[in-house]
Amino acid sequence: MIRMRALDIKLLRDFARLWAQALAIALVIAGGVATLILAVGSYRSLDETRTAYYERYRFADVFATVSRAPRTLVDQIAEIPGVASVDARIAKLVLLDIPDYLEPATGEVISLPEIGEASLNQLYMRVGRMPEPGRAEEIVVNEGFALSHGFQPGARFSAILNGRKRELTIVGIALSPEFIYAVGPGDIMPDDRRFGLIWMSERALASAYDLDDAFSSVSLKLRRGASESEVMMRLDAMLERYGGRAAYGRKDQTSHAWLNHELDMLNNMSRTLPPIFLLVSAFLVNLTLSRLVALEREQIGLMKALGYNNASIVVHYLKFVVVIAMIGIVIGGAAGTWLGMRVTSLFGDFFHFPFLVFTKSPDLYVIAAALSLVAAIIGAVRALREVVRLAPAVAMQAPAPPRYRRLLPASFGVDRFMSQPTTMMLRNITRHPLRSLFTTLGIALATAILIVSLFTGDAMEQLIDVTYFLADRQDATVSFVEKRTRDITLQIARLPGVLAAEPYREVPVRIRNGNVERRIMISGRPRDADLNRIIDVDLRPVVLPEAGLAISNMLAMILGVRVGDSVEVDLLEGTRRTVVVPVAALVEDYFGIRGMMDSETLARLMREAPSVNSINVSLDQNSQESFYAAIKDMPVVGGLALQRVSLANFRKLVALLITTMASIYTGLAAVIAFGVVYNSARISLSERARELASLRVLGFTRGEVLRILLLELTLLTLIAQPPGWLIGYGLAWIMQKNLAGELMRVRLIVEQSTYVFASAIVIAAAVLSALVVRRRLNELDLVTVLKTRD
Amino acid sequence: MADTVFTAKALTKTYTSGETQVLALRKLDLEIFAGEMVVLLGPSGSGKSTLLNIMGGLDHATSGQLFFRDLELTNLDDRGLTAYRRQHVGFVFQFYNLIPSLTAYENVALVTEISDHPMRPEEALALVGLEPRMHHFPAQLSGGEQQRVAIARAIAKRPDVLLCDEPTGALDSKTGIRVIEALLGINAQLGTTTLIITHNASIQEVADRVLFFADGQISRIRKNEVRRTAAELVW
Repeated sequence: MIRMRALDIKLLRDFARLWAQALAIALVIAGGVATLILAVGSYRSLDETRTAYYERYRFADVFATVSRAPRTLVDQIAEIPGVASVDARIAKLVLLDIPDYLEPATGEVISLPEIGEASLNQLYMRVGRMPEPGRAEEIVVNEGFALSHGFQPGARFSAILNGRKRELTIVGIALSPEFIYAVGPGDIMPDDRRFGLIWMSERALASAYDLDDAFSSVSLKLRRGASESEVMMRLDAMLERYGGRAAYGRKDQTSHAWLNHELDMLNNMSRTLPPIFLLVSAFLVNLTLSRLVALEREQIGLMKALGYNNASIVVHYLKFVVVIAMIGIVIGGAAGTWLGMRVTSLFGDFFHFPFLVFTKSPDLYVIAAALSLVAAIIGAVRALREVVRLAPAVAMQAPAPPRYRRLLPASFGVDRFMSQPTTMMLRNITRHPLRSLFTTLGIALATAILIVSLFTGDAMEQLIDVTYFLADRQDATVSFVEKRTRDITLQIARLPGVLAAEPYREVPVRIRNGNVERRIMISGRPRDADLNRIIDVDLRPVVLPEAGLAISNMLAMILGVRVGDSVEVDLLEGTRRTVVVPVAALVEDYFGIRGMMDSETLARLMREAPSVNSINVSLDQNSQESFYAAIKDMPVVGGLALQRVSLANFRKLVALLITTMASIYTGLAAVIAFGVVYNSARISLSERARELASLRVLGFTRGEVLRILLLELTLLTLIAQPPGWLIGYGLAWIMQKNLAGELMRVRLIVEQSTYVFASAIVIAAAVLSALVVRRRLNELDLVTVLKTRD
Repeated sequence: MADTVFTAKALTKTYTSGETQVLALRKLDLEIFAGEMVVLLGPSGSGKSTLLNIMGGLDHATSGQLFFRDLELTNLDDRGLTAYRRQHVGFVFQFYNLIPSLTAYENVALVTEISDHPMRPEEALALVGLEPRMHHFPAQLSGGEQQRVAIARAIAKRPDVLLCDEPTGALDSKTGIRVIEALLGINAQLGTTTLIITHNASIQEVADRVLFFADGQISRIRKNEVRRTAAELVW
């Protein structure tokens, strides 16, 4: 039989003795490791999934719409250098009439080639089949739309195609890489009930819209290395005479941009939080293990006395911390992988990905494991260096009694007002200033990571407040298929239930300062607009000056302009001029980047009569149904966006995803917090076992001794809260900076309740630790503790 | 004349504690011979433990010289002292200093594993009469038994010298006598040079020589013409 070496047996028994503490430390490590693997892993999986989806279903690179262009143009477009393939089709917005569904829904009808598949933006069939050639009523719809209405193949509804109502029959349900995010006109959030994609026979659509041998939408796939901007320039030139709107790349394609943004947010979260978590957990592990090893001082002295050299002692304790770290790494790795797969599936469902690619990221495990191991080892070595340096005779004795000092000169007489336990605690803290500082810092960091985890929730609520209740106060937005003259406002205002109506004119533009440029929409708004208000960065409504442009604060930052500076604007519709406009105000908004202008001024810039793309209305809640019915009867209406529904969707979708992530992070932060506080309590119990046992011998009750032990922890926990809030706010600031994107961003706002909640979790962890420690304290064997030392 | 095991020349040790300096050993001269059983007596703080610690390579002298045979201990660095302890010295302390998480057997094995020609752990335990209890943990043993495990652990590597700092200090007379008995047995059977620090004056009767300490110096040396056995001790 091979006997284990005595030192290794000691190791095993030490584990058996310290399992609770070892586990608590391992959990702190696990928290850090899991966060990294979960966040980065799920991001990578989703990113891979998207790439694979795009590739397999040939998602296009460049998109453009025209009023009507001849089919013959397709060959010319294909000739543009850098173009790999071209797909031309008919795409139109239509109003839908769905049985038993009151609110008007909008659809985008897209033509399918009569024979074969589209060369780009191909469909993934979930259920059913493609329409048969020549069957004008057969359609395929997107899965989200079908699911939200409970449609199966065979279901029917009608749509108004070019003013004529058509009965349609669903024969297939599909997914498209082009509409991962299906956002209807005027909406900022996908709403599957009120916006659907409808693919149908090209011949049927062509005859409905009088587009035989013509197309209204074109997509291009580029060759590797082709210049997107060059291709777009040439395409724009070709399409201009056919009523072409400026071409745009994936960056400006709604679905891609949103998906990109979501993944970016996930990526930014994964770049912000896990490193913080991992570093915090590394720091805490370092701290804890170093104290734990320092407790072994006498045994180390003894081993040296017995003739063990420093190296073998160091190796012995390194094994100890390495095993703890490995346990943490394994738990964290498993939890992180599991959570990562759950998060990937959650997002995958949300995006309706047809399949998921789970990437394996060995590098993450290596990074997380290495960092945790190094932190643990440094912690142990830090403590060992101290102890190993001591002569064995010195090490075997308890550390020299610390030289306690009066906190204040005796003449102050303060001591008289403090109980002996309070004095003991205060002297203990001041005697080990560094250790007290580190413990405080550790607890503060636990509070801080809770705050940064909870911050996203606050930010979402603030975003909702500003967007839905301060700025966009309309009940609904009616948008039109084509721009209309101003008198349409009157028509809408006269519809049943409409209390107020404000017309808007939207013009696509390129806005530029120096060589930084962005494609945005400028909306021309009535001077006295009251439904949709401009909220400035101080959250005050502002009135737009007659001349000049109000732009999103974010856009101003991107362009590097301030109020009073001028920007160049290429108008991408109508006259297509380039004009220079002063920036008159900065807008606090959280979705997209945009510009706003007085509608008269915009009309002058466009050299057109004032016209309207959409109308914001406020509605009488009691007459909504008749309003919906009236809208359904207006063929000019391309879509209706409802604020109430939009808000609900926002909460349901984006907020859900972000809060899910935030909850996971909060949970992991709570685990770390508990690990830290528990270890602090346990180690001070060990460090002070003799002192506490002596007190018991002197006649102190268990409760009194517990109070003395916990007094210090309580004080440090409380002292740690304000710096914890401060650090938490700092981390939230980093996170906010990282989350800010062109499509969506949040304001740096940490609610008071968040501070309270974060502190409450840490304090709860402290209370829980106290309960565990109390059991330990009650088991303290007074005789043994006192007998074994001089 | 018998072989000299230890030779101390003007050995001095000063402890600095804050602003105060404590002179623990003052220019001490001493020779210890092979196979000797030496008892060190004296009040607390008279320098006995300091001398034993320096002899055992557990501490450094401030000045002066100390030789173990031809090896100048006062010249050795940490690594040299570790090797010296490992090869030549066995320790017994007042509070046993057993590893609580290891059984009696394993506590002895802790040492035999790192020695060149050790006896088997059970052999060492048999020498102190503890073989039947070798699979007990320290907490399951009485104080005397624990101390005998410590002695077994100290002698298992067949050390040249056995240094005992108040080995009976925490024990009652009956168990104390058993411990002294074990030490005498080792000294007789293995010829291990043994130094025992004690506050118990009656133990001096078993020694070849008795060193009386006062103020960091040896004030007097007494040679016992007749050594008593442990059984004859009274305290």
